[in-house]
Amino acid sequence: METLNYLNNGHGLKSWLLTKDHKRIAVLYLVSITLFFVIGGFFAMLVRLELLTPAGDLLTSETYNKMFTMHGVVMVFFFLIPSIPATLGNFLIPIMVGAKDLAFPRINLLSWYIYVLGGIFTLVAALSGGVDTGWTFYTPYSTAAANGHVITAALGVFITGFSSILTGLNFIVTIHRMRAPGLTWFRLPLFVWSHYATSLIMVLGTPVIAITVLLVAAERALHLGIFDPSLGGDPVLFQHLFWFYSHPAVYIMILPAMGVISEIVQAFARKNIFGYSFVAFSSLAIAIIGFLVWGHHIFVAGQSVYAGMVFSFLSFVVAIPSAIKVFNWTATIYKGSVSFDSPMLYAFGFIGLFTIGGLTGLFLAAMGLDIHVHDTYFVVAHFHYIMVGGAIMGYLGGLHYWWPKISGRIYSEPWAKFSALLVFTGFNLTFFPQFIAGYLGMPRRYHAYPPEFQVLNVASTLGASILAVGYVIPLIYFTYSLVAGEKSVNDPWGARGLEWEIPSPPPTENFTVSPVVTEGTHQYVHPSQEVGLA
Amino acid sequence: MPDPHAEHFPGRIHQPPLVANLEAIQPHDQIELPHHPKLQHHFDDMAQQIEASTLGMWVFLVTEIMFFGGLFAAYLVYRHANPEGFAEASHHLNVTWGAVNTIVLIVSSLTMALAVRSAQISAPPKTQVAWIGATMLLGATFLGVKAIEYADKFAHHLVPGPNFRWEGKHPAPAEIFYSLYFCMTGLHALHMIIGLGIMTVIGIMALRRTFDADYYTPVEIAGLYWHFVDIVWIFLFPLLYLIGGHFTE
Repeated sequence: METLNYLNNGHGLKSWLLTKDHKRIAVLYLVSITLFFVIGGFFAMLVRLELLTPAGDLLTSETYNKMFTMHGVVMVFFFLIPSIPATLGNFLIPIMVGAKDLAFPRINLLSWYIYVLGGIFTLVAALSGGVDTGWTFYTPYSTAAANGHVITAALGVFITGFSSILTGLNFIVTIHRMRAPGLTWFRLPLFVWSHYATSLIMVLGTPVIAITVLLVAAERALHLGIFDPSLGGDPVLFQHLFWFYSHPAVYIMILPAMGVISEIVQAFARKNIFGYSFVAFSSLAIAIIGFLVWGHHIFVAGQSVYAGMVFSFLSFVVAIPSAIKVFNWTATIYKGSVSFDSPMLYAFGFIGLFTIGGLTGLFLAAMGLDIHVHDTYFVVAHFHYIMVGGAIMGYLGGLHYWWPKISGRIYSEPWAKFSALLVFTGFNLTFFPQFIAGYLGMPRRYHAYPPEFQVLNVASTLGASILAVGYVIPLIYFTYSLVAGEKSVNDPWGARGLEWEIPSPPPTENFTVSPVVTEGTHQYVHPSQEVGLA
Repeated sequence: MPDPHAEHFPGRIHQPPLVANLEAIQPHDQIELPHHPKLQHHFDDMAQQIEASTLGMWVFLVTEIMFFGGLFAAYLVYRHANPEGFAEASHHLNVTWGAVNTIVLIVSSLTMALAVRSAQISAPPKTQVAWIGATMLLGATFLGVKAIEYADKFAHHLVPGPNFRWEGKHPAPAEIFYSLYFCMTGLHALHMIIGLGIMTVIGIMALRRTFDADYYTPVEIAGLYWHFVDIVWIFLFPLLYLIGGHFTE
């Protein structure tokens, strides 16, 4: 008889909906965020189709505003923020620290239900008429003028924030208190370090957005006057509170992806990371400095020049730890024994695209240039290079890397390589033209534009179509692998780490007893020694 | 035995294991090891469980600080912009009721600490429940006083919105002040109500002889929460009630 693993240990819907197993909860999250990704992608598709022609002919301006708002709200709060932490993080962190589960399994399940509840609120807001404030909910428009279901959408964001807080809390306690004997901080996989830094942001930042959107809802529903300019209230205060969370939120999206890339690069260059402690501490540096840069979103909103200068300087400073990571990954690959499997293709894509996204971020952090490109497609292109080119590439890379562990099955590698190339090509064709359009002055958030921008927009829409195909193919071959995929061994990549030493898929309890760890992950043994082992 | 995946992944040979005790990573079915009845299966021992629960509550309290922090930041900005308007508005809050509530909460922190202590020294369930009950009674008193104050504000049209009336020199800042007043004290009161719910559960557990010197973590972390909510009030009281002290008509 087959030994029990987390997938066949208990059957039926109830065994999934009431599970306290971190691995099953990760799968629940995987299914639900995929659903939201499809919904968010649908809104993006309508936006891109509208922009195919200069005239506003497909959607009215009001509908268009609702489409980009819902695209932003769904993708940011319901896909990108939970993406890697709630799926791969949830699945892997207890295993990587040598524990049987997260510190608080029931809270982990609760966080998924909270996420779903928040998602339902947002879907209700979308289906019953939509919101047209932009994902930023700027006041006084959102409190006084906007039509639509601002309160419902704001409550959706408020509620789902608690799911993120609980996930972060669980990770912090788990990493501090649940590490196996011998697993010191500096033996931890870098994936765990990056999730620790992410959790700090989740725990410190999310409550601030929670209170902020709650105030917006209260101002709209109860006519309290917090941001109301007619009472002497300050709408820019809203922007400060909003970006205090929402800028670090970008690091919630990118830090876990950086953790994934650190793992993939070591596994597929077959080398221990160059400068482990620098990469580990750069995650913390990003988390900490990332809290001090929010003012670069408000350069043109009436912030003082001196505040602007400080925020500009700090925004340049936060690029340093990101650059450390990029250089150290490159140095790791250098003279490595590199294999070009699909996870590594995503890692290469990530490194290149993230570098472009990061460098254009420096353009925007320079106060003079920001005034020129503020609220143009340059900004849209920049943050999509970080969020899609960075975070989603990392997510897909991680999903391909750990899929054999999660599902116990091998997917079709040729298709995976093909779709990785499609994603990379489609992504660049979509967003690179937007840098040019933005620099030439095309503003964001309009459904019509001057005809001279049409060539760039057609390229962008074409790229988006290729990108969509690149996202659908993995959905097909991952699903197919569940039915007909070959069974995976414990360690299909020959990588070195605790998660690769236990069976695929892992047993419910992960380990029989706490493992006694003797070495850090990815300490690859030299090939000449490997022969002796076989 | 040949490596089963070598044919699919040529050149990749298994690395030596990272762990010293190989039995830890063997395939297995569910395991039942003997343990303390209160120990959850995923912890190694009681010490680890206690440390994890306590750290979890501290981290949660940090999120609470940030949650209230947003409101305190808004208060700071607006009071800095309208010092006189805020003093005028604060003058209409009842300092006596505020002071009474401050004392009530400080005493409730004492009874809470005594409840934790009674569990730690394995006091009889009756004693534990008595301290928990006293804490809840004080909490309810606080909410009662708050209800009287809120009713008074409603009666005097001091609730922001279309019915807000202000006779003084600074009507706009006063409305912002009262918006903040209701948000801050309202959220604080909500935390008190949640606290009462938690204490009800803890009280029932104490009645069922759950807590003794070996196991009292739930009382302790509920106490941490209770003290935190008290401390928030310690900041709210002077910021909202006492800044009108030097105000002259």
